Amino acid sequence: MTRTAVPTAPGRIAREAVSRLVGGGSGTVFALLILIFAVIFAINPSFAQPPSMLAFAKQAAPLVILAVGQYFVIVSGELDLSVGSLVGAQVVIAAKLIDGEESRTVPVILLMIAFGALVGLVNGLVTTVLRVPSIITTLGTMLVLYGAIRLWTGGAPTGALSEAFRRPGRGGIEDLPVIGQLPWALLIALAVGAAALALTRSPYGRTLIATGDNDTAAAFSGARVWRVRTTAFVLSSLLATAASILIGGFAGVTAQVGDGLEFMAITAVVLGGVVLGGGRGTVIAAMAGALTVEALFTLFNQLFLPSTIQPTVQGLIIIAAVGYAARQRSTRSP
Amino acid sequence: MRSLATARPRPFRLGTTGLVYLALVSIVLVGTAVAAARGHNLLGTANLVDMLTRSSLLGFVAIGQTLVILCRSLDLSVGYVMALSSVVAATTMAGDPARIGLGIAAVIAVSALIGLVNGLVVTRLRVNAFIATLGMGLIIKGYLDTRYKGPAGDIPEAFQLFGYTRIAFLPLSAAAMVAAAVLAILFLRMTRTGYHMYAVGGDAEVARMSGIHVERPVITAHVLCSVAAGAAGLLVAARFGTGSTLVYASGYDLESIAAVVLGGTYLLGGRGGVAGTVAGVLILAVLDTVFNILAVDPFFKDVLRGVIVIAAVAIYARRQVDRTASRSRFAGSRGGPSGGTGDPPHPAPAEQGGRT
Repeated sequence: MTRTAVPTAPGRIAREAVSRLVGGGSGTVFALLILIFAVIFAINPSFAQPPSMLAFAKQAAPLVILAVGQYFVIVSGELDLSVGSLVGAQVVIAAKLIDGEESRTVPVILLMIAFGALVGLVNGLVTTVLRVPSIITTLGTMLVLYGAIRLWTGGAPTGALSEAFRRPGRGGIEDLPVIGQLPWALLIALAVGAAALALTRSPYGRTLIATGDNDTAAAFSGARVWRVRTTAFVLSSLLATAASILIGGFAGVTAQVGDGLEFMAITAVVLGGVVLGGGRGTVIAAMAGALTVEALFTLFNQLFLPSTIQPTVQGLIIIAAVGYAARQRSTRSP
Repeated sequence: MRSLATARPRPFRLGTTGLVYLALVSIVLVGTAVAAARGHNLLGTANLVDMLTRSSLLGFVAIGQTLVILCRSLDLSVGYVMALSSVVAATTMAGDPARIGLGIAAVIAVSALIGLVNGLVVTRLRVNAFIATLGMGLIIKGYLDTRYKGPAGDIPEAFQLFGYTRIAFLPLSAAAMVAAAVLAILFLRMTRTGYHMYAVGGDAEVARMSGIHVERPVITAHVLCSVAAGAAGLLVAARFGTGSTLVYASGYDLESIAAVVLGGTYLLGGRGGVAGTVAGVLILAVLDTVFNILAVDPFFKDVLRGVIVIAAVAIYARRQVDRTASRSRFAGSRGGPSGGTGDPPHPAPAEQGGRT
């Protein structure tokens, strides 16, 4: 897949641009994204129409938001496996508490935000203060949330979401010329992306990346490592809460709604050239990674690939892409 | 079990491994008391068989996972290897007792090949182990879901005995698991590759400078881990009498990691051992059996398990902090086998879960 992206273009300028694009690290994901979209457009030219693209954006928005949250945690040198079950938990909580009543929408969303922040705080404090490896902490949180939600609902989620709650996930600004509906999900994802970009350039963001790169050096430079990392976990859980609102509106209420999302988010971030272990990679590339994962699924659908074989292709592409990026990185800085 | 308690991987590991067995004994005691209060005998034959049967399956996987984690790697594909192995065994044997040997050989070959690919991808392609084995798991999942729509193949009666035979209260499968554990302990303590695993996991760069081929122990660990998962797959096939593709949904990958860490092995490699892992597996099995006796809601069990694993690891982490305070150790290992970039020297080692 990535083989074909190796630069063959004649001309020095073109060559330089291409080599920058495929030059490993974060650039690879953009090349991959362009390649996948080129194939999609070649198979199905009508997909290039604005409505299809906006529908794609609406579908991809939750994963993009999750990838941003996961980016903060990964770049600080940790890992958050709990986002998938947190999304499931939040959707179930929303359905059970709102129970179809419009007036409860806002209070319940506020409660969900508080709950998300609490989960992130627990993840962060257990990891930093109790010094439990984050993969175990968040695995434990995942088990606890998974069990607690099913215990609370007796196995099957009950209740219903309100119209207002579903609007961000499936609604949008209607009746625009040319593009039709401008989804709220896309606007929310763009806002999250812009805020995340601003945050990574802020003093906090720079401290976060420094902590992920070398936490001892960061500590000696005056960073409060535990606070920086705990904040990253809180951000991840808050963004998972935002994603759960979009997913709940878009996909409806089931307890399985978040299953496997944590691995998809981690895959997206790593595909974006962000190094597991911290300190390397950009949030834009992580978001592009999320778009790439979603584009891959769209491509599978366009190819009418049997849904059962999709994981195989997905696995091969992930390994190839990450291996390719790693090869480039190691040859560039020996 | 007592013979295991004496077989500790390192003299200075006495502390943590001892602690794990102490925890196991106290959990058994508390569990016995709680069960007795409800009029049950935790150490009765039925319950012992239940506990040991539970632990044998996870045990195989966790023993292999220990080797991989000692090398500062990780294997998330074990659940899928188990499912694939059970199908390979069942379809190869096809109900014919004469083909049992062939089936076992096929499972070993297939799982070893998967482990080899995992190891090569991690070491040569420098793909992070988390991603490499997750991707491998997805590849196997796609193959299984496409090729098999349900249970496949047939296990001959003679091999099903492996799943059900027991001597007094000791199931044959648990005995085989203990035998595998002893072999793994001997492998780690007696062979050069075993020592190299600790060296590479502790600090790949120092190991390389000491003249160790850092890739070999990692690849070996991945091969052995996959073969151990294959053995677990054989056990699944023997119990179900057919190849079961859906085993991969049972979460053995993450549970085996939890068992390894519960057993006191350091998640970032270089410290720990198989004896502790066996205790970790037994602790999880005893807890499960006690929860069953008390008729705890299955969903509440998940909650309790999560809390217990976090609490246990927090206690070990605290002890590790104490020890590194007294032993000056340059814990920061640069670039694991999967090619990370300089981790800091850690005053407290358990701080990061992201693997480099």
